[in-house]
Amino acid sequence: MSTATTTKSLNDADLSLEAPKTEDLAALLVSRERPPRPSALSASITFGWRAMLKIKHVPEQLFDVTAFPIMMVLMYTYLFGGALAGSTEEYIQFLLPGILTMSVVMITMYTGVAVNTDITKGVFDRFRTLPIWRPAPMVGYLLGDVIRYLLASLVMLTVGMIIGYRPDGGIGGVLLGVLVLLVFAFSFSWVWTMFGLLLRSEKSVMGVSMMVIFPLTFLSNVFVDPKTMPGWLQAFVNNSPVTHVATAVRDLMAGEWPAADIAWSLGWSALFVVIFGSLTMRLYNRK
Amino acid sequence: MSTELAIETKGLVKVFGENRAVDGVDLSVPTGTVYGVLGPNGAGKTTTVKMLATLLRPDGGEARVFGKDVLKEADAVRSRVSLTGQYASVDEDLTGRENLLLLGRLLGHGKAAAKTRAAQLLEAFGLSEAADRQVKNYSGGMRRRIDIAASILNTPDLLFLDEPTTGLDPRSRNQVWDIIRAVVAQGTTVLLTTQYLDEADQLASRIAVIDHGKVIAEGTKGELKSSVGSGAVHLRLRDAHQRPEAERVLAAALGVEVLLDADPLALTARVNAQGSEQSAAEQAAKALAELARTGITVDNFALGQPSLDEVFLALTDKKGAA
Repeated sequence: MSTATTTKSLNDADLSLEAPKTEDLAALLVSRERPPRPSALSASITFGWRAMLKIKHVPEQLFDVTAFPIMMVLMYTYLFGGALAGSTEEYIQFLLPGILTMSVVMITMYTGVAVNTDITKGVFDRFRTLPIWRPAPMVGYLLGDVIRYLLASLVMLTVGMIIGYRPDGGIGGVLLGVLVLLVFAFSFSWVWTMFGLLLRSEKSVMGVSMMVIFPLTFLSNVFVDPKTMPGWLQAFVNNSPVTHVATAVRDLMAGEWPAADIAWSLGWSALFVVIFGSLTMRLYNRK
Repeated sequence: MSTELAIETKGLVKVFGENRAVDGVDLSVPTGTVYGVLGPNGAGKTTTVKMLATLLRPDGGEARVFGKDVLKEADAVRSRVSLTGQYASVDEDLTGRENLLLLGRLLGHGKAAAKTRAAQLLEAFGLSEAADRQVKNYSGGMRRRIDIAASILNTPDLLFLDEPTTGLDPRSRNQVWDIIRAVVAQGTTVLLTTQYLDEADQLASRIAVIDHGKVIAEGTKGELKSSVGSGAVHLRLRDAHQRPEAERVLAAALGVEVLLDADPLALTARVNAQGSEQSAAEQAAKALAELARTGITVDNFALGQPSLDEVFLALTDKKGAA
């Protein structure tokens, strides 16, 4: 009997027969008081919470931060390990921090796709009519993405440990390495928020992302020491932000203190935020 | 410019490439009323609303909301307006409750206050049962309601409703109308865009008719209707041979041009009550009596309100003639 009642009322809701109660509504409208506007931080965190809710409702979107990184670690370790370092155990000590950097930097490109699909929906218009700190929706995306990057890092480190990675830096070194990587990934993501706003379709965002991400991540010291590369390539590789970040992460996890590479990584991060952050906000305000 | 107006625009222009989507729109919307913006698809209604809601930058002219410039004082405008767009302006992946919580927090409410307000709104909008389902699973009418609920988390001073009932079934449409009436009764100004004359008629006290980016008529409902004639008389005769005679009698009785329909038995005449002591119905009755006196048998008769088509045709005709 009670089951029948529940089913019935659910069906009613399905048919939207539940009518609005205009008297209750009138009572709710009486108050004209408005709370003070939220701080920039609080608004950004609220948007980050939105990203978490979306993960909760659409957990499939975690595929790219779980399955993909596992594949990267296993594939490159067993593909190159024997040839490049004599054994996979040897190679993974060198490769894991690099492949971690590469994978997380690659995953950042989904930010652009997310921004692009979101702006085609009406909810974006609502956000833009709110009296809040303007970059908050964008920062919110990136905060949500930082959680994804963290998850990817955790997954890769776990898989790495299982197949023989032994970081000399211990927990402290590993955490510092991940921190540098997250700061860089957060900053670098502003490139994608810009493309997400600039380009018309999700497909074109993907296309441009691939064009940027493949050369940027492969032309680095992630897989091999650049010494055997031709001079012109070394010039590029040694100055690439990905190389600096990969080196910083690798050395930190190995228990060293790569001051120069940390400084370069943070410098590049600041540059990305300043340039692409302001371009993003320009596009956002004009859209 | 006066601050007593909710909206005031002068020569507002928005150009997309070659297309002048909004081409010099002047509007004055008094506070505390429903102002209807009526027009067909692509007339520039949504573009106008987007400029007023600070979503689009005008390319020319100026627009003020409660005396604040939409460009220079955008944040001051944003704190007093809410927008419900043509499509659901809520996150479809989230549940109804989560959407309201999210927006409540963004409007500066604390966690507890946002929760209470969300629950109250869901209850008032008849969405309690569906509160914890994703909005993408809502029916059209429910989406519209959660959308409007999201717009009144803080009671706005000005609410933009962009075609709020397009695509809704009659029951849902009536529910939305009830909500709009309740909102206005509490003193919120509503700018309502619609393609339905009926809807503007039901809700709006003043109406602007927009076509090709221009305001082609503006006034109260009464003014607007009488400017295009109060209605149309549709007649169907028993005998097609009597049609020329009927046309002559009708034209004489009503003092207007009579249109011959494709159906050889049918005629249509616009009844104009403007400047006449007799109402449209009285005029129509007189014309019918005249037809009967002349021995013309009328099988079928209807007096209808001018349709949106007729309003438009009449307005554009008038403009072309002037």
